[in-house]
Amino acid sequence: MTAVQPRHTAELAPASAQRTGNGLVLALVVAALAWVGAYLALHPVADALTYDMLRLSRDSHLGSAVNFFLYDTPKVLLLLTGIVFLMGIIRTFFSPERTRAMLGGRREGVGNVAAAGLGIVTPFCSCSAVPLFIGFVEAGVPLGVTFSFLISAPMVNEVAVVLLFGLFGWKTAALYMGLGLAIAIVAGWVIGRLRMERYVEPFVYEIAVGQLDSRESLTWSDRAARGIQAIRDIVGRVWPFVVAGIAVGAAIHGYVPQDTMAGIMGKGAWWSVPAAVVMGVPMYSNAAGVLPVIEALIDKGAALGTALAFMMSVVALSLPEMIILRRVLKWQLIATFIAVVAGGITAVGFVFNLVF
Amino acid sequence: MIKIEVLGPGCANCQRLEALAREAVASLGVDAEVEKVTDMREIMARGVMATPGLVVNGKVVAKGRVPPASEVMTLIANVLAEEASRS
Repeated sequence: MTAVQPRHTAELAPASAQRTGNGLVLALVVAALAWVGAYLALHPVADALTYDMLRLSRDSHLGSAVNFFLYDTPKVLLLLTGIVFLMGIIRTFFSPERTRAMLGGRREGVGNVAAAGLGIVTPFCSCSAVPLFIGFVEAGVPLGVTFSFLISAPMVNEVAVVLLFGLFGWKTAALYMGLGLAIAIVAGWVIGRLRMERYVEPFVYEIAVGQLDSRESLTWSDRAARGIQAIRDIVGRVWPFVVAGIAVGAAIHGYVPQDTMAGIMGKGAWWSVPAAVVMGVPMYSNAAGVLPVIEALIDKGAALGTALAFMMSVVALSLPEMIILRRVLKWQLIATFIAVVAGGITAVGFVFNLVF
Repeated sequence: MIKIEVLGPGCANCQRLEALAREAVASLGVDAEVEKVTDMREIMARGVMATPGLVVNGKVVAKGRVPPASEVMTLIANVLAEEASRS
């Protein structure tokens, strides 16, 4: 019995592994330089295209809109590609199995913080919510800690953070990330305190989970390949929304007068935050899909807190996800989940509008 | 006869992986049966917590992601090579 494992060719042939390793480093360095070069060229190229090639006036509405579009679209797509690649590589170091083992038996409080943090880096797709939930419960992860993970994973994701950074600056992006984590931690903790274990479908506790083996021996070129795959999957899926979002932003930027929205969604209207959250709950979209709306809202004088609350509720809570979760949760628990998270988002929106 | 199972509740990723598995089998020219497993108990029993999962002759070779077409082929071929060397 000789167990040949074809995946470990790298260990058997260190010399060739070294060579592909060097090639990989070289390729990454070239790609990184090209990326930086492209980023630095954004402004001059956009200006040259708008004002020299298309001969648009710097002061005209059309010129300003076209310049905005030609600068922002490649900028956001470049940022997105870079960050998605890096996150794709970081995610190869995490797996749902490892996260489950790290959270199993963890006490509430610390567990909620750890779960929210791991929600950012663990590969997760909302269609896996059910097996993940069962796996977590099986491993003795407390219910509230599991929810912290389920709230943070879709809400605090690199696409949302990069888009906010690219369009509204690092402060908005950092606040979104920080407040998203805070909501995941607090909402999960509250759900844990409410002792709702009896509202989990009983079959969940009866399922026998097979051996969970998360050992994958990956080489660095495997990890880089996963990063490239992530670019294909994620950037390939969201780019039309990004382009559409920036086009909307550009149109408004050049034309619609500022502060049209200020009356309805500005700081003065206290009810705008809960209204934005309620509208966002049943809507289902990724962060890129809501981008056109957010951009339009903020640019026209809607308060930042209101716009972010809308984005959070669209991304974090959605009807399809609730329908998926209904297979393992009774409706009382789903209703509580929606109420607690929506409450948290509303609070964040208010605080935001007060502070800024 | 190889048995390939695609684990998942039927989301878009699971369907993509199933299509890739069928293509891989066709281009490898092996006699294989590709089956979809949608029952949550069955999926969990195989130790898969992140869908879609790819199982070749009872062995989980990928989970929580849709590998590119070339990798799906290698993953299937690897299991076959391993089994051949064992017998």
